[in-house]
Amino acid sequence: MLRRRLNRLCGGDENRVDSRTIYVGHRPCPDTEAFIPSKFCDNRIVSSKYTVWNFLPKNLFEQFRRIANFYFLIIFLVQVIVDTPTSPVTSGLPLFFVITVTAIKQGYEDCLRHKADNEVNKYLVTVLEDDRSVKKESEKIKVGDVVEVVEDETFPCDLILLESSREDGTCFVTTASLDGESNHKTHYTVQDTEKDLQALTATIECEQPQPDLYKFVGRMHIYKAEQEPAVRSLGPENLLLKGATLKNTKKIYGVAVYTGMETKMALNYQGKSQKRSAVEKSINAFLLVYLCILISKAVVCTTLKYVWQSKEGQDEPWYNQKTQKEKDTNMYLKMFTDFLSFMVLFNFIIPVSMYVTVEMQKFLGSFFITWDKDFFDSEIEEGALVNTSDLNEELGQVEYVFTDKTGTLTQNNMEFIECCIDGFQYKHRDTQSEVDGFTMTDGVMNKLHQKAGQEKEELFLRALCLCHTVQVKEPGSKEALTDQVDGIDGILPQLEEERGFIASSPDEIALVKGAMKYGFTFLGLESKSMKIKNRENNIEEYKLLHVLNFDPVRRRMSVIVQTKSGETLLFCKGADSSIFPRVKPEEVDRIRMHVERNATEGYRTLCVAFKQLSAEEYAMADKGLSDARLALQDREEKLIAVYNQVETGMSLIGATAVEDRLQEEAAETMEALQGAGMKVWVLTGDKMETAKSTCYACRLFQRGTELLELTVRTLEDERLKRQEKLYELLQEYHRKAVQDAPPVKAGVTRSWSANQDYGFIIDGATLSLLMNPPLEADASQYKSLFLQICQNCTAVLCCRMAPLQKAQIVKMVKNSKGSPITLSIGDGANDVSMILEAHVGIGIKGKEGRQAVRNSDYAIPKLKHLKKLLLAHGHLYYVRIAHLVQYFFYKNLCFILPQFLYQFFCGCSQQPLYDAAYLTMYNICFTSMPILAYSLLEQHIDIEILLDNAALYREIANNAMLRWRPFLYWTVLGIFQGLLFFFGVRFLFSNPALQDNGQVFGNWSYGTIVFTVLVFTVTLKLALDTRHWTWINHFVIWGSLAFYVFFSFFWGGIIWPFLKQQRLYFVFANMLSSVSAWLVIIILILLSLLPEILLVVLRKPRGPHSRQKKPSQSNVGGNQSSQSSARPLLMRTFSDESNPVI
Amino acid sequence: MMASSYSAKEEDGHHSGPAGLGGAAIRNRKPDNTAFKQQRLPAWQPILTAGTVLPAFFIIGLIFIPIGVGLYVTSSNIRELEIDYTGTDLSSPCFTCSQSFSWNSSTPCRCVLFFSLDQPFESNVFMYYGLSNFYQNHRRYVKSRDDSQLNGDERSLKEPSKECEPYRTNENKPIAPCGAIANSMFNDTLDLFYIDPNGTKTQIPFIKKGIAWWTDKHVKFRNPGGSNLNLTAVFKDTAKPVNWHKAVYELDTDSENNGFINEDFIVWMRTAALPTFRKLYRIIQKKNNMTPTLPRGNYSLEVTYNYPVRSFEGRKRVIFSTISWMGGKNPFLGIAYMTVGSICFFLGVVLLFIHHKYGNRNNGSDIPS
Repeated sequence: MLRRRLNRLCGGDENRVDSRTIYVGHRPCPDTEAFIPSKFCDNRIVSSKYTVWNFLPKNLFEQFRRIANFYFLIIFLVQVIVDTPTSPVTSGLPLFFVITVTAIKQGYEDCLRHKADNEVNKYLVTVLEDDRSVKKESEKIKVGDVVEVVEDETFPCDLILLESSREDGTCFVTTASLDGESNHKTHYTVQDTEKDLQALTATIECEQPQPDLYKFVGRMHIYKAEQEPAVRSLGPENLLLKGATLKNTKKIYGVAVYTGMETKMALNYQGKSQKRSAVEKSINAFLLVYLCILISKAVVCTTLKYVWQSKEGQDEPWYNQKTQKEKDTNMYLKMFTDFLSFMVLFNFIIPVSMYVTVEMQKFLGSFFITWDKDFFDSEIEEGALVNTSDLNEELGQVEYVFTDKTGTLTQNNMEFIECCIDGFQYKHRDTQSEVDGFTMTDGVMNKLHQKAGQEKEELFLRALCLCHTVQVKEPGSKEALTDQVDGIDGILPQLEEERGFIASSPDEIALVKGAMKYGFTFLGLESKSMKIKNRENNIEEYKLLHVLNFDPVRRRMSVIVQTKSGETLLFCKGADSSIFPRVKPEEVDRIRMHVERNATEGYRTLCVAFKQLSAEEYAMADKGLSDARLALQDREEKLIAVYNQVETGMSLIGATAVEDRLQEEAAETMEALQGAGMKVWVLTGDKMETAKSTCYACRLFQRGTELLELTVRTLEDERLKRQEKLYELLQEYHRKAVQDAPPVKAGVTRSWSANQDYGFIIDGATLSLLMNPPLEADASQYKSLFLQICQNCTAVLCCRMAPLQKAQIVKMVKNSKGSPITLSIGDGANDVSMILEAHVGIGIKGKEGRQAVRNSDYAIPKLKHLKKLLLAHGHLYYVRIAHLVQYFFYKNLCFILPQFLYQFFCGCSQQPLYDAAYLTMYNICFTSMPILAYSLLEQHIDIEILLDNAALYREIANNAMLRWRPFLYWTVLGIFQGLLFFFGVRFLFSNPALQDNGQVFGNWSYGTIVFTVLVFTVTLKLALDTRHWTWINHFVIWGSLAFYVFFSFFWGGIIWPFLKQQRLYFVFANMLSSVSAWLVIIILILLSLLPEILLVVLRKPRGPHSRQKKPSQSNVGGNQSSQSSARPLLMRTFSDESNPVI
Repeated sequence: MMASSYSAKEEDGHHSGPAGLGGAAIRNRKPDNTAFKQQRLPAWQPILTAGTVLPAFFIIGLIFIPIGVGLYVTSSNIRELEIDYTGTDLSSPCFTCSQSFSWNSSTPCRCVLFFSLDQPFESNVFMYYGLSNFYQNHRRYVKSRDDSQLNGDERSLKEPSKECEPYRTNENKPIAPCGAIANSMFNDTLDLFYIDPNGTKTQIPFIKKGIAWWTDKHVKFRNPGGSNLNLTAVFKDTAKPVNWHKAVYELDTDSENNGFINEDFIVWMRTAALPTFRKLYRIIQKKNNMTPTLPRGNYSLEVTYNYPVRSFEGRKRVIFSTISWMGGKNPFLGIAYMTVGSICFFLGVVLLFIHHKYGNRNNGSDIPS
């Protein structure tokens, strides 16, 4: 964010202008006034935070901005300055350690970021400069440079396409890393520029950079000698975006329009802000409470001290005179330093060691994720990857899951499943490909073995072969013969001639390939004529007359072809809803059933119809189309009108079913997530139809789900403006889903009762209308309506989303009431912004490159792994860390409380109850290891049970273990025990003659007894809480108790030359020689644990505790890759992009 | 596909590698199949239920109640006599001494207290002096000592620690022993006389050794100069603490109990935990089995009143006490044990009731709370 703001600043002046003017090749134009080279950002990408020079101050500043670090710094400084009961080393050393380790870690991460930045910035690109091409580092590209890009390279900045090696002035581009659409998109050169680029003199006027990937408006003025400058309008089809990859085109030339941080990709990149977990927020809240306790304790003590001293003879009895310096000190200054001294004395209540332990727990705990062999995927031979360990426990708190569709829910490869010709079902009997149980379910009307008439069959297949915009991949390129589908099932019958197809939609390819299975092969389009090889291996040729393009409103597309024999045919394919009204009703009935069945199974269905056009009809259509195309105004509407006119009275020949294959166990995973009370939102850049069918397939939408649509299509209304219609629809849906529906309990249950399920669908255009309505005032109202509707829906689908819109949605939910914890999962670079925006970002190590993985907090190989990651790991981590935090506060409360109480018995003189060694070691040695072991190993419920009962996840929802109630419980427990320790020993010491030889104990014995009881109680309390005793727990718990005893003997057994006072000399041994001390220790430990034991017994045990283990069927695997945790910018290297060429 | 038969006990990651494709490569990247890494370490999973806790409650109850009774009986069998001799009342024999106290008086003030014992003290009698409202645990006081000086360090003898201020030097000479604790050492002298029915006074002999911790006397406290028995020479460059009447090398005639290793001094140097405390003063040893240590009768306690407490409203006591295995008289432990024992027993009964009523089917595991 900051960086972007800075960019704006650096862009300074010209930002106030709405457009920028670019001189192509920096050539001055004859027409314009003086040639003023404008200043634009350079093409450098900066994602690093520090430089060598500012690292130390900046890093220290950042670190001490953390409330805890700052607090410890203050305590340390107080200890250095003021005469305090404990040495500054006790708090200075751990602080120094923490600061150093963090600085090293952050320095290393920034180093990696620098390296990654350099990789991108130093990448060599070819730039045309003064009639020759020069190799330049990418960062040196300036706006206006003419850049050459060859096939499979990514564009180094946003370019306007000037020249392509293809003769038709097009080039193909895949934007997989931008918006996740892996298909090839066609971009066009600017008309009339395709000649000698060196001679081209032109200026480009275009809008200022904006993040919308699909919007671009510009104008190009081409100056030719002795001619009026020609003006060409530029649209998104002329703009090549940084991050996209050139495909199937040898090379192109383009002029840079946006560079560096102003490219659409960089604008879509969201600054990585430090993610903080909810637990950390809870810790900070508790910290404040304890800080208040601490301050009030210090205030109470200081006050009491002066009250006590005011009494005659108390302040300075003859036996305890003040030094001259003390006498001279100003009274108020003295009060203040007394206050600070008390602060220091009690500061152990907020220990540095807690932060160290929490950090260690997170760091070490995250290894269990990388080690988990269930996350190992044998295909890519990788396991899970943990990029940040700060969010482990957040995995147990997720309320909203935002998932990408392409590559995440689906594998993004379409497969032709079956077709229905004239009411007869055809299924490609390819037994091996029947991976899932979807086949053979049509019991009622199984006409599998019946066939439609040959004529109809061939007509249908011809229609499939002709009605599309697929192009055949030109041979010669490396990937020409590789087939994307082959990689996955690899069992397609080897075709005589393997072909690669390119299309703007993968299901068109699937259909063409489907036709291929039945013997009709599309050979290609050459100079307006389509070639088909039919079953008899004869080549049929059709003349392509018109393509009636697909658009989401019509939801169908058609081609008009002319056969050799001169017949003019129209083939149309489209969604059932758009085809059925345009064909004869009696044909519909035969096919409708198939279509509906296929749709409910999650297949994408298309109906195919045809019509023979008479010469007159064709002539009319042809004229209409040509006229409409030439229209300058309302061209779109006119075209559609003609389309609608032509596409009538067709006859239905069949339907197809294409499967966008889901990821393994996608539906099960989604069900488990919903069972665990999470709400799943699908955010995709894909088309609505595709996305919807995927939602059906992974059971996010079910048959009974009523869909509430808020899309461009539903906003079409003659009567109302879009804005009004939007509001009307929102109102209506709100009434339906929120007001009429019974209140949904926390965590949506899939009830099969009459309770109506709602699914919500919104698309990008509508969303932006919703988020930025023309009237500013409506924005919040719209948003809240929208959110309320969404919260009452079982699933929400957002389609046609730009990456930044995905992030906007996530942000909106994140900031909604109750600030729910959000999780984003995705695999492509288009998901990066939402991965960064959500509380937890998960990357899938899919085929679409590594951007998502690198920007994610956790990366897993497959979607199905999300279930275990959340339900098992997340749950356990949350329980562990919550317990860790509560326990830490508790153990320090009952550690410091006796010390506080002791002040009432020593004249509030800041006399520590415990020896300095005990004060320092308590948190570092005596009680740190058991809780660390607990927080790493505890499994209060078995992993298998957690996986089987998704509902268990709800038990810890809403930060259940770190709310105020449990916190209060722990605090009360700590206070109870602290009181017990102190007063138990106090009553014993009413007669300090505790040894059988009549000798007496002093104050250090008192402290040691309290401390012994404390250490044992606190450790045994943890032992009581431990539900999962591995040998490590045994070792650590009993070991630290033994260590305490050993240490105490050792510490008191020697006259330590470096100590000023030998306070503990033989105190511990003497204590153990006293029977009374033993007895009081035993009874105090028992008494302080008694309520805990009672509570454990009386509390209802959580969950089933059977130890039954099911043999795990999952893949054996995982990996130990511990890659850098640096998160480079969105557009790093593009070498690992997939090439979806079929 | 990989071999995926997995057993929880399989603890090694070596032989269970996949046999399938690309074996070696997979094996290297794939996480070890160890019980630890897979979070499948064999574990004991105890569940505390009423059923398991019940016996423990009864056992604790059954053990604690007798211990408590034993402790209580022991404590009440200890004979203890406490005499306050502060002299705040007009009637008190030490009233004059307490009133006319001045640091400079050369002649000590004496007072005599008479008391009688109705019951004899049978075993060894431990004589304590007790002070009240005396903050030996005040921080300024506690740290005002130099342990290395007390341990016989020559350098610290000449250059005492800063902590001893304002009792560090006197008249440009280092104070030995320095510090507020040493300076304020209790210096009343107490003598006990048995008054025969016929009126003759017999002094009861005191033992003044064995009142300090053995380790303190033999290790922690040492006279400077090592084996040099001439303490006067060793301490010649030092000043006596301001409030002392005698120098440190004049504390006792016995060289084993003189200087820093004087046991009265060591006892005093062990700072008390609470402002009301007692410290062991002398031991009256039992002579023989026939006669009690302190038989019934009248006694006179002769006090040399040197120690002022009036200024801070303190009290001075002398305590005669016998000692048991648990130390001095203190009913607290006995009562505590009996109480806790009874509570446990009672809880045991309640739990048994609950267990019986609600939880016998499910092994007592789901008792509503």
